Amino acid sequence: MKIFLLILGMTLVTYLPRLLPAIFLDRFEFPGWFKRWLKNIPYAALGALIFPGVLLVDQEQPLLGLLGGLSALGLSLLNLHITLVMAGSICTVLLLQYFLF
Amino acid sequence: MIEKNSPLKQGILSGLPIALGYFPIAIAFGALAGQAQLSWLEAVLMSALVFAGASQFVAVSLLLVGTGPLQIITTTFFLNMRHLIMSLALNDKMRGFPPAWKQGLSFFITDETFAFLTLGEGESNHQRPPVFMAGLMVTAYLGWVSGTLVGGVGAHIIPPQITTAMTVGLYGLFIGLLVPSAKKSRPFILVAVLSMVINWGLGHWIESGWAIVIATVLAAGVGVPLGGGWE
Repeated sequence: MKIFLLILGMTLVTYLPRLLPAIFLDRFEFPGWFKRWLKNIPYAALGALIFPGVLLVDQEQPLLGLLGGLSALGLSLLNLHITLVMAGSICTVLLLQYFLF
Repeated sequence: MIEKNSPLKQGILSGLPIALGYFPIAIAFGALAGQAQLSWLEAVLMSALVFAGASQFVAVSLLLVGTGPLQIITTTFFLNMRHLIMSLALNDKMRGFPPAWKQGLSFFITDETFAFLTLGEGESNHQRPPVFMAGLMVTAYLGWVSGTLVGGVGAHIIPPQITTAMTVGLYGLFIGLLVPSAKKSRPFILVAVLSMVINWGLGHWIESGWAIVIATVLAAGVGVPLGGGWE
């Protein structure tokens, strides 16, 4: 029962921030600067999600995450499909784990 | 029958890489939840209702050290404040969708589905139909919930090295979505790099969930006078 209430509480506090913009956004017409801010959000959010989090993939080996991330960077600069970028970074890390770490 | 190349089918296909990335990590979550004395049903229920990887791992880790439910719920709340910002940006792309669709789809916002729908397939200026988004999001969701089930019933078939490698795969997803979109415009590159630097700097002082929120808000704001995102 305690766990069930915990899950319900977590459901509430995770859905609420996701839901609020869906309810209120249409009621406002935003000024130009705000729209530009919104358009920048994906780039800013992804930047913050990637670094330094990628270094913490293996807490004892920050280099492993770094090299996996750099391989993804290299592959994405070649304009490869997202699936290949993911697969490439996974393979890089698997090979590094096998041979080096 | 699903019509060939229907938006729903395209959405499902686009969601597959996310689902495959989620699957082994969800197995790890299911296994960890078992160690924290959650039944497989409770673990699956948490994944199905909460659908937020970082929060769930933190919650289970806190349960393991005996933290009370209120503290866990509070931590979860702060950890997910970034989804408020992401939901703002994504709902801006969903203007004109029926309200019920927007409220439903918003439940499925994660770092990964957000990244895909704002930078990846969703970057094109024409608006993706709701069923495309639903296909992508629900596919990712099923990867997360089914992985939790597999890990929760005790099938520890995935060694930790694989989980590490698959976590890098999710970073590969972020990088592979960010780089091709950002390189089209210098202000976008600057916003992304600045956000990394702010996040890294703040991470020394405050909890990482907040660092990500503040870095995102500030870096996106710095991009405004630079003309980033203005066409």
